Amino acid sequence: MTDLTSLTLAEAQGRLKSRAVTSVELTLAHLEAMERAKALNAYVVTTSEKALQMAKASDKRLMKGEGGPLEGLSIGVKDLYATEGVHTQACSHVLDGFKPTYESTVTANLWRDGAVMLGKLNMDEFAMGSSNETSYYGPVASPWLPPNWSREKAVAALAGDKRGLLTPGGSSGGSSAAVAARLCLAATASDTGGSIRQPAAFTGTVGIKPTYGRCSRWGMVAFASSLDQAGPLARTVRDAAIMLRSMAGPDAKDSTCWPEPVPDYEAAVGRSIKGLTIGVPKEYQLDGMNPEIVTLWSKGAQWLSDAGAKIVGISLPNTKHALPAYYIVAPAEASSNLARYDGVRYGLREPSADIFDLYERTRARGFGAEVRRRLMIGTYVLSAGYYDAYYLRAQKIRTLIKRDFELVFAEGVDAILTPATPSAAFGIGEKGSQNPVEMYLNDIFTVTVNMAGLPGLVAPAGLSSEGLPLGLQLIGRPFDEETLFSLGEAIEQAAGRMQLPNPWWA
Amino acid sequence: MSVDLDAVRRIAQLARIGVSETETPHLQAEINSILKFVEALESVDIDGVEPMTSVIPMSLPMREDVVTDGEIPGKVLANAPLSEDGFFLVPKVIE
Repeated sequence: MTDLTSLTLAEAQGRLKSRAVTSVELTLAHLEAMERAKALNAYVVTTSEKALQMAKASDKRLMKGEGGPLEGLSIGVKDLYATEGVHTQACSHVLDGFKPTYESTVTANLWRDGAVMLGKLNMDEFAMGSSNETSYYGPVASPWLPPNWSREKAVAALAGDKRGLLTPGGSSGGSSAAVAARLCLAATASDTGGSIRQPAAFTGTVGIKPTYGRCSRWGMVAFASSLDQAGPLARTVRDAAIMLRSMAGPDAKDSTCWPEPVPDYEAAVGRSIKGLTIGVPKEYQLDGMNPEIVTLWSKGAQWLSDAGAKIVGISLPNTKHALPAYYIVAPAEASSNLARYDGVRYGLREPSADIFDLYERTRARGFGAEVRRRLMIGTYVLSAGYYDAYYLRAQKIRTLIKRDFELVFAEGVDAILTPATPSAAFGIGEKGSQNPVEMYLNDIFTVTVNMAGLPGLVAPAGLSSEGLPLGLQLIGRPFDEETLFSLGEAIEQAAGRMQLPNPWWA
Repeated sequence: MSVDLDAVRRIAQLARIGVSETETPHLQAEINSILKFVEALESVDIDGVEPMTSVIPMSLPMREDVVTDGEIPGKVLANAPLSEDGFFLVPKVIE
């Protein structure tokens, strides 16, 4: 049975269609693997009953030769997506007990296409974090063993506070850990500054943040509305393509959702990349950069060149401003979006005889330290007298960042190749305790993509000298996710499929 | 730019987050480290640059001005910590 969890989404799809396996069997195999992996803390809620109901319904349709593209496939859902009648808290205490009476568009699209929901996945609180350590439900342990750790040492750490074990990245840390540990075939995730792509890089999985507007944001718990975008995490480029096609699409309920139909992304997987022009931006070459990352990056360029692409050096001069500008824009939008958590309409309420005291107590108790910090920064940069100096300036810089990309695309560049992260995964408890900025620097290569609204895909490209996965990022033209899937597949072919760790935790 | 302790208290109040006196110095240090991080932006030449309002150039879609939702007070109130007779309950705000 455990074997079923090692299938790719595409393989499982084939076996279900040929009825070599049933959805109930596939679902049970995953539920069992999840039970044995509880200590990783990837799932905050398991929806076994719902999963089996959905699987049975899928099997009925498959028996009749019917069913959608994801019929019967076992999927994990990030806790940020509203799922009707099921725990939805963006892993925050302030949404204590919240069970939406509606379904997010992205998850509704998955169920329309026949997918089976296994449960809700852990994440950084309101997606604010890069290591899944800000979750109210505690950190997630990566299925990758820390270098030179024995199984016994890791199992002992897992039973304790998890310090020293590796983080699966964040904010979509539950999603990346679950996909890498084979606790689902694929998962939904979301990306505001790198929250799909950095976890993909840290766990040896594939993640894509599509163009802003490609997926509906309706029913996703909002963090920074001009940056937030849904996307999948999966074990292969093909699987990510299959997932995104179902997740994406026009939606009248989100006025920023792109009205054009979604292309068949899977058809782009395996398409020749001959003749494509790939830009390599010199500004991503940082002082003191990890030499392993530099080597991996040039290896990636060589692979694409071997497959027939033309590699050109490019310049994106405003790159260095992206991260500081992000830490104005994102907290500002968050402070506005999270004003809704007031202890009156849903979630946690700390009683008081005074309404302002009720707000202040509820929000003090409901939000974790990182969220409080960002809300205060956001409130400050939007406050009277500081708006022009911070927020307006940051939005102007955002125009400059986007213009950099527009210029290189206009010169004929089809996509851009960059590292995904400054390093391999770090340990739980290792970063950000002294200075929050230390953690923020993790997003240095990914955040420009959100600022410019572009699509970005991260594919595993190899292992570090210590045996940990490293990823490369491909950035595309607006709404040209197809080229990214073709290029991502070329990297996956050249690098070889990532060998994921054996279940030492089970 | 940096914030003093009074500013931290004022920001907390604007954000409606209760902050104890023992927390303020720590918060001040954290906020100032972030403000220091974003200081680099002060030197960027933004003369004549329009602020970004929409990352993807698209106009707001219009639809018929008709009611598409509603009559669901049960659903609206389903997650309320306290409600009564179809209303949210809050402490008295007007004397």
